[in-house]
Amino acid sequence: MLNASPDEIYFTSGGTESDNWALKGVAFTYRNKGNHIITTKIEHHAVLHSAEYLAGLGYDITYLGVDEEGRVSVDDVRKAITEKTVLVSVMFANNEIGTIQPIAEIGRLCREKGVLFHTDAVQAVAHIPIDVKAMDIDLLSLSAHKFYGPKGTGVMYIRKGVKLDNFIHGGGQEKGRRATTENVAGIVGLGIAIERAAGKISSEKSRLTALRDGLIEEIMARIPYAKLNGAAGDGRLPNNVNVSLIGVEGETLLMDLDMFGIAASTGSACSSGSLDPSHVLMAIGLTHEQAHGSLRLTLGESTTEEDVAYVVEKLAGIVERRRNMSPLWEDFLKAEERSEKNAL
Amino acid sequence: MLYSEIVMDHFQNPRNVGEIKDADGVGEAGNPRCGDIMKIYIKVENDHIVDIKFKTFGCASAIASSSMATELVMGKTIEEAWNITNSAVAKALDGLPPIKMHCSVLAEEAIHGAINDYRRRQGLEPWEDKSHDELVDEHSHHFHHQG
Repeated sequence: MLNASPDEIYFTSGGTESDNWALKGVAFTYRNKGNHIITTKIEHHAVLHSAEYLAGLGYDITYLGVDEEGRVSVDDVRKAITEKTVLVSVMFANNEIGTIQPIAEIGRLCREKGVLFHTDAVQAVAHIPIDVKAMDIDLLSLSAHKFYGPKGTGVMYIRKGVKLDNFIHGGGQEKGRRATTENVAGIVGLGIAIERAAGKISSEKSRLTALRDGLIEEIMARIPYAKLNGAAGDGRLPNNVNVSLIGVEGETLLMDLDMFGIAASTGSACSSGSLDPSHVLMAIGLTHEQAHGSLRLTLGESTTEEDVAYVVEKLAGIVERRRNMSPLWEDFLKAEERSEKNAL
Repeated sequence: MLYSEIVMDHFQNPRNVGEIKDADGVGEAGNPRCGDIMKIYIKVENDHIVDIKFKTFGCASAIASSSMATELVMGKTIEEAWNITNSAVAKALDGLPPIKMHCSVLAEEAIHGAINDYRRRQGLEPWEDKSHDELVDEHSHHFHHQG
């Protein structure tokens, strides 16, 4: 699945632990070499909060921005690397908007510069092909439940020869690199899940890509002013759709969809318990209104064409009904009319 | 998010949705930054609110709060309507989750906005909108009047 050898695989409690180990492990192991870490503004909180913690300890963190599709520029990585840089951590693909990063190019650059490269591949493993050797990846995080394995189990890939301090100290488990009695049931489950996924990665990738593009196309056709967030085509995870439906608030969308048995998520602040919308949606330059009206739909192995048609049908009705009671939508339409008149 | 049955009912079947073209007062509260905007229209006859309509962009509790607020205010005198508080709206909804209490505050603000807009159009001094409790401290709701 990764083109790694068994002795480069270390079982962890999940993607979050692996991310913590990668950032803090590299920071502590190489503290005499330098104190600079490069990451991006759109990482998972497991990486971002680890980086903030390290910043509190005196480490210097660079958070690279992304373009409007959510892609990091390899050139920006190159410019950010200094003599003090010990780690570059860029996620393989984004969990919210599905954008796939230029991992092989960043890996090659880091290898040339002698800087360790970590990628949080939680969203990508088992969905798109990954080759740690060809992509010059030194450290990689993955999580079993993203490919139908058990929750609470993950992996840290550590390239042979990479020195990395232990994160959990104690007994000699995991070749002495991660103490604590192994979660045997979880590890067996992860093994079966990854074997199962490996057998159909390419057929699932093309099936889901077709469903995904059908879903995006139908949403664009049926819902006025729908906006796709993230990249289109090959630059996007096969199972991810994220759209902004201006004039409707995300939590309202989720609750209306739930009435029809449709599960979705949103980057709106209203559903998060905080007052800020998604950091990823803000990083790609969305307005607050667009971020509050964002909707993420994830496709999976049980998703069918009928499901896609059902979701589009229900969603279009919900959006129309909620927009009709939205003062924001009213203002948006008025502004559109004005700009059309001005254009004439 | 766990909502009461009354909140769910008002979210799914909101009362008094729409706008009044020849409204006697219009009030708006909230801002797109925090994700809630409410607009309330009132029609007044003999000092009584004889019709009320609302439009809301926001989450379920924002929609339910506006809907409930319009029901509480309908038929009341201007002064009675002014004195309906956000807690009364939340109570009528059988409670709101703590982080959603600001939605009921927005409803009160929007109604106050509509009433003061009406008063202004009548050549009367607007009433002072007393500050709310600590529940709104994180929000910087602007409060603007139309007309």
